[in-house]
This record gives sequence, C-alpha cells and structure tokens, in this order.
Amino acid sequence: MTKHLDRTELGLLIALPFLILVAFILPKWIVNYVHVSMGTGLVALGVMIQMRAGLVSFGQGLYFCVGGYAAGLMAKFLGVTDFFVLLASGIVAALILSSLLGFLLRRYREIFYAMLTLAVSMILFGLLSSTEELGSTDGFNLPTPSYLGWHPEGETSRLTLYTLTCCVAIGCAIVLNRFLKGPTGYVNEAIRENELRVEYLGTSARQAVHITYVLAATVSAIGGVLWALPLGHVDPEMTNWTTSGQFVFVSILSGTGNIVAPMIGTFILEIVRVYAVEISPNTWQMILGTMMLLTIIFLPKGLWSLFGGKKKSGKSAGADAPTAGE
Amino acid sequence: MLTATAIAVDGLGFAAWLFLSSVGLTLIYGVMKILNIAHGGFYALGAYSSAWAIGVYTTTGSTVALTFLLIPLAALIAGAVAGLIVERGVLKFMYGRDEVLMVLVTYAIFLILEDVTKLIWGTQSYVAWQPAFYFGTVEIFDIPYTVYKFITIGTALVVGVSLLLVLNRTRVGKLLLVVIEDREISGALGINVNLFFTVTFVSGAILGALGGAITAPEISVSPGIGAEIVVLSFAVIVIGGMGSIGGAMIGALIVGFARAASVHLYPPAELFSIYLVMAAVLAVKPYGLFALAESRKI
Repeated sequence: MTKHLDRTELGLLIALPFLILVAFILPKWIVNYVHVSMGTGLVALGVMIQMRAGLVSFGQGLYFCVGGYAAGLMAKFLGVTDFFVLLASGIVAALILSSLLGFLLRRYREIFYAMLTLAVSMILFGLLSSTEELGSTDGFNLPTPSYLGWHPEGETSRLTLYTLTCCVAIGCAIVLNRFLKGPTGYVNEAIRENELRVEYLGTSARQAVHITYVLAATVSAIGGVLWALPLGHVDPEMTNWTTSGQFVFVSILSGTGNIVAPMIGTFILEIVRVYAVEISPNTWQMILGTMMLLTIIFLPKGLWSLFGGKKKSGKSAGADAPTAGE
Repeated sequence: MLTATAIAVDGLGFAAWLFLSSVGLTLIYGVMKILNIAHGGFYALGAYSSAWAIGVYTTTGSTVALTFLLIPLAALIAGAVAGLIVERGVLKFMYGRDEVLMVLVTYAIFLILEDVTKLIWGTQSYVAWQPAFYFGTVEIFDIPYTVYKFITIGTALVVGVSLLLVLNRTRVGKLLLVVIEDREISGALGINVNLFFTVTFVSGAILGALGGAITAPEISVSPGIGAEIVVLSFAVIVIGGMGSIGGAMIGALIVGFARAASVHLYPPAELFSIYLVMAAVLAVKPYGLFALAESRKI
C-alpha cells in the first residue's frame, strides 16, 4: 500500500470537515437525509465493487440487514448500546457469514451469481419474517447509542452520531478506493474482461471473487448499522430483493467509475424520492425504471462518465461499466 | 395419513400454480437467453385484469360460469398487449447484449410495470372469489378442497404437455429448436429469427399473465404480488435448469411440495424452505437438475 493519497482520497478527506459542518448549518431534515444515505450509500458501494468484477449482486440487502440486525440483537438481548461495539458486531457477523457463503458463491458468474445472491438474501427474509421473537415483518426498535460510556441526549446525541457516521463512511470509501487500486481490484477488472485468461496467468479468480465478496459484505453491514442507528429501527424489508434492487439501481446510475459516485447518487436519489413520492406516489418506481433504462441505453458507464471521463481515457479501462462491451 | 394427504394435494396445487407462473420465464430464457424479471409484472397484470374483469362481470348478475372464459381472455389480452409493447418497444433494440445487462433492463421494465398496474387499478385490493367456489368443494379424507384447485392442476398439465408437444412434434417447434441451437445459422437458413423472438416473448408474457389470472380468484390481488412471484419462479426454473420446460415441471413439484410440507409440518419455515431447497440444489448441481453443461469459451 502506498502512502501517497490519490485525488479521490484527498477529495474525501477534504470533504469530511465540510460534511460534518453541514450538520450545523443546513436544516435538520436535509441533514437526516445525508445521514441515512451514507448508510445506504455504503451498500451501493458494496454492489459497485462487485460490478467491477462483472458480478451483479441482487441480494446485497442481505448484509445490509445482517449489519442492522446484528447491532439490533446486541442491543435487544444483551443491552449493549455502545456505538463501537454495535458497529463491531455488525462487522463480525458479516465477516463470518460472507466468508462461509463465499465458498459457494465464488463458483458462480453472471446471472447465476445474481440469482444465488438473491436466493440467499431471501432465505434470511423468510426467516426473519416468520420469527415472532424478532417482531416478524414489523422488526424491532434500537436504542439511542452511547459512546464509550458517554450517554449524550437529544441534539448532542444526534450530532455525535452524525459526525461518527461521516468519519466511518469516509473511512470505508478510502479503504475501498485503496482496494480497487490494489492487486485484487485490478484482478477483478481482468476477471470481468476474461476470467479464463486470468487463470492461465496463474491467478485464482475464485479467490479474488471471494475476497471482493467478503469486503462488499462487510462494507454493506457497516452501512446497515449506520443506517439503523439514526432510524432506531430494523425490519426484514432490509433484505427483501426489492431493497437490493435499489442498490443495484444506484450503482448502475452512478457507474463504477469512481468510489464517490454511488455515495452522491444515493443522496440525490433519496432527495428525488422525497419529492416524487409527495407529488405523485404511484409513479415513483416508474421514474426509477425509466431513468435506469435511459442510463443503460445512453450512458452505459453511468452518470459519472459525464464528469471528466475523457481526461483519463488512457488508463481508465477500469471505469467501464461491468456489462458494457461484449 | 391426514397430513400426508393434505401435503400431497396442497403440494400439487402449489406446484400447478408455480408451473403456470414460471413456464413463461423458462421459455423466454431458453429461446432468448433473457432472464426476464419483468415476468412478475406480466403476472401482476394478468391477475389484476382477471380480478377486475370478474368483478365487473359479476356485478351484472349474469351466470358465474362464463367467468371461466373471462380468465383466459383477460390473460390473453393483458399478456399480449404488455408483451408486444415491451418486446417491440425496448428489448428489440437490446438483442445480443450481455445476459446480465438484460437482467438489469428487464428489472427496469419490472419497476415500470409495477406502477402501470398501480395507475390503472389503484392500490386497493381486488377480491374475485366467485369462480373459485362455483363448482363447490370435494372432500378428501374429510378435508374440503375447492374443485377450482383441481381445475388449476389440470390447466397446468394441459399447458405443460401442449408446450412440449408443440416444441417437439410440430414444424414451428422444430424451427424454434433450431433457433435455440444457433441464431446465426438459422437466420442464414432463412428462418425469421426476429419473428420467433417476438412470438416467444409474447407467448411467455401471456403464460405469465395466465398464471396470475388463474390465481386471482384464490387470493386477494394487491400490489407486491409481482415481486413475490419473481423470486418464486426464479427458484423453480433454477432448480429444474433454466430453459427446460420439463425442468420447470420438476422444479415446480419440488418447490410446491417443499412449501406444502412446511406449511403443514412447521409453518414458520414456509417462506425460507423454498430458497433453502434452491440453494441446496444449486450447491450440488450448479446449473440446475436438467441443464446441459456448457463449455467455457475463451
């Protein structure tokens, strides 16, 4: 790992203080959307790094849910409210589950990968929906988190949680950026281009897919915890395939060009949703679907390709959408 | 004995419903290599138009018997119109693209269709129970079953057998098998591949709508049924091997009996038993029970 920060990482670090500052300036409702979309944005990031390997996960909600429920269970049954412990329990749960499932999933590609990830997430959906101890389809509530023994309340609590969420989310984005620029990240791009040749060159494609899967799962679980804490609630809908579909949607819309794109994309979508649902509640999905079709047809590399895509055309093979070409 | 009978009859009923709902999906995948998420949209359209038509018709006070004509008619119209629009309007321009991309395209279409049904029929539920109880019930070991359930099972059998017959015994079916084997060569031989694609897609859409239309009298038709059936039919066709009609039959039976067994023996397991079966089959036979292994292309 190099010590040198690239442009994206530098940008993220510079953006961090501004992002935190926003909480003190902008109206509360808009800050809430920023807050929540950092959680879901991380899940979209998880989908996006798999897309780099040409793999579309239609079940990323699984780890979004695992993260949220792991934190929720710790709070519900063990009475833990510490932010860091809750976050850690989400990460550990996702690490264990994804390391095991990875052995199965790394054998699949293309639509089979999409369908199997979907099936696995629906197993959890079925399981949680019928578990009455956990509130069945209604889910259950989470307490207000504490921080290493400190129990802030009201506004202070909200701002603390927001600040920490910003730090964790930006931290995750930087780690993922490093990952994409690292050896496995590049192997993933090669897998998308031609897996067989990757293996002829002596690299294990399955291992790379496995690592990517676990990493995506972990980030999604972090997203799940960060999403569930401000809302104070988790329910099985988190792992329904329609939720996973929205993460896929964001990744398609923003493209796989840059790590920041899915984060911003999630936020914009969240805001658009608020207005769209208000103005005409029954056409929201239609807008989503139409946007998605138009993006696939006219901007196969996602909206991000509109910004400065031509500058790095020489080395931007990795910026291709997973499914373009062929 | 009682439970065994209940599982057997309910399993068959579930299997018939699942087969009708997923055979269109496997047909489209087999011919066009498109995993059509929009299938759930066709199913919902069929269910809504059938429930709506039955509702409108029964308010006229005429005999219920004619609703049995309304159900296939509603499916035919809904499926044909929606299928044609989707195929001619969108998919036509995307042929030959990556399979995963087509999944995303059909997902987008699915989202649009979801709202189309909401715009046409609103968000309230439709209940059209009249046909389901028209023939009354029969008792098997003291458990009453609607005759309608057996009509559904019969319909599934007829649809399955006639599809197999058309594919293997008629000229059109054999031409279709040639198209499946090799698009380019069959085009060079003078087969109108695009026409076959259109016809296949529209037939698949009509079958999906039929699945919804036949189920409509037994359920409360409300938003979300499309999203539910998509994952169930995925499970069915993946277990049997995608693109195989016989496979879809076996898949529907396996999933149907798994669900019936869990409903009667351990109800909380109902939903996840289906996906558990799917994951278990895939772990052993990665491409389904009846799929042929494909060679890797360099």
